[in-house]
Amino acid sequence: MIEVRNLCKHYGDKKAVNNISFEVKDGEILGFLGPNGAGKSTTMNMITGYISSTSGEAIINGVDIMENPKKAKSFIGYLPEIPPIYVDMTVKGYLNFVYDLKKCKLPRSKHIKDVCDLVKITDVQDRIIKHLSKGYKQRVGLAQALIGNPPVLILDEPTVGLDPKQIIEIRSLIKRLGKNHTVILSSHILSEIQAVCDRIVIINKGTLVADGTADELANNMSGDHKMIAQIEGPRKDVYKAVRNLPDVVSVIADMERGENIYDYEIETKPGTDIRKNLNKLVQERGWYLLMLQPNILTLEDVFLKIITGEHELKQALSEEQKKNIAEAVDKKEKVDAAAEDLRTVLEGIEAKKKAEAAAAEEADAEETAEAEGTSETSETSEAESDSEENKGDEE
Amino acid sequence: MGAIFRREMGAFFSSAIAYIFLGVLFEIAGFFFINGTLAYGTSDLSGTFGSVFLFLIFLIPLMTMKLFSEEKRQRTEQGLLTAPISITEMVLGKYFAALALYTIGISIFLLFALIIEFFGGVVWATVLSNFVALFFLGAAFIAVSLFVSTLTENQIISAILGFLALLVLYLIDSIANAVNVEFISKILKTLSFYSRYNEFVTGLFNLSSVLFFVSVAVVFNFLSVRVFEKRRWS
Repeated sequence: MIEVRNLCKHYGDKKAVNNISFEVKDGEILGFLGPNGAGKSTTMNMITGYISSTSGEAIINGVDIMENPKKAKSFIGYLPEIPPIYVDMTVKGYLNFVYDLKKCKLPRSKHIKDVCDLVKITDVQDRIIKHLSKGYKQRVGLAQALIGNPPVLILDEPTVGLDPKQIIEIRSLIKRLGKNHTVILSSHILSEIQAVCDRIVIINKGTLVADGTADELANNMSGDHKMIAQIEGPRKDVYKAVRNLPDVVSVIADMERGENIYDYEIETKPGTDIRKNLNKLVQERGWYLLMLQPNILTLEDVFLKIITGEHELKQALSEEQKKNIAEAVDKKEKVDAAAEDLRTVLEGIEAKKKAEAAAAEEADAEETAEAEGTSETSETSEAESDSEENKGDEE
Repeated sequence: MGAIFRREMGAFFSSAIAYIFLGVLFEIAGFFFINGTLAYGTSDLSGTFGSVFLFLIFLIPLMTMKLFSEEKRQRTEQGLLTAPISITEMVLGKYFAALALYTIGISIFLLFALIIEFFGGVVWATVLSNFVALFFLGAAFIAVSLFVSTLTENQIISAILGFLALLVLYLIDSIANAVNVEFISKILKTLSFYSRYNEFVTGLFNLSSVLFFVSVAVVFNFLSVRVFEKRRWS
């Protein structure tokens, strides 16, 4: 339905969009994800023919947008970032204008009524657009894109500025529209893309960095094999024991969850499973395994990884470099472990000193307490004799 | 084109622009009609037609100032440029809307002629020739100030630049007289809007002048289209 091939847009030296290619199949909802300023809107503006591309092509329904713009545009319903609404018109007047502008052939009043019902603006259709709230304006923008029932919908951040209820409404509407339209939806909100889209394209700094379903992306990205185990037991012993299990690459224990309870982040060699061994170890030593969780990447993690370039960095490294890094990390861990041991020894010595000091203090305290105790006893004996005297008086 | 034409006509009359444009034009034309024609007890409308030229320089930029600048500022042009219409259709839709409002405005002169006709004979040939001249002069002026409106997204700047552009066209005669170089002065004189228009006022119907005005309109509408094309490609 939509084919984008090697699309580029350069402004002087600045490459706003650089060599982007992707494809959207019939009836697919494609999520277009990227941080602000990544080139999402620029790409959409090129696909819809608002601006020209420096090179490359965008083909809608088999028609090139640059070669036959009029025909290609007739397949597209476009909601730009700022809805192109004339604020001094009524909703109905505006939609009628769009109907004429798109040279619609459908029965006029019925079609406009259907679109109004679909985006729920029927009750405001006689009001002037500038008096409407932001949410309604956005919906009028969406209605405008739907006029003429175009097979392709391109929506640039359609839920920006809406309240949570409206966001949910618009999302479910887009999902419904996706059943008989091809939709490209851009957003920088991950949950939105995850909730609505079949497939995700991520762009960053004008280049396409990922393309796939949410699960595919998460699987591809989690190249390292990690799990988190929560174990109750003396930290040092657990650390050492787990580290010495076969296939364990590294262990990090930095989250204290309670007395003697720590989260251990365990990295294993690819394709191995240490869960049984870990279980056995914990049982043998009399510790408790409180939780075992594979470290699954959420879309959020994937996104951040891609955007910060961590993933690319990993891909760019050669095997040898990776090995060196792994060795360096291993060495660092050994040094860390040694430092840890040293610290515990130091702590032990310190604790010993403290204990001695405390003992000395206690001894001092006891002496004074003894002295105080003697005076106290004399006082009480006096009091007793007093009370005895009183008793005698009363008698 | 029809859709944009209808929308712009609606926008003219739902905002103050149409009423201000028509009101001021009627007031000025009425003033010259009473002072220049009725007060002298003549049936000759030429004086009235002649006086209105200067005021069009102010009024026409007022009418066209927001046609493109406001679209740009509100980002509504994105809707037009991604709709299945050509840029030429878009420009012409707006152009003809402005021309239609202008025609409604200048038809007051035909009403004046009818009033005179009621009191005595009007030389219709002169009146109509003047009317045709006024119409095509306006057609040229609107194209120029509409082109100016494509260059900025600020209505006020658009109005002031439009006014300056038309003022330069008005002053071409004076500039031509000030220039000492013979052939430049000659070229400028052929470009003079005022002297061409005055020919009609003095009762001479000159087809070449009509063609000149039409050409100016075509050239500036073409330039407006080019502005949008260029922006797309930059």
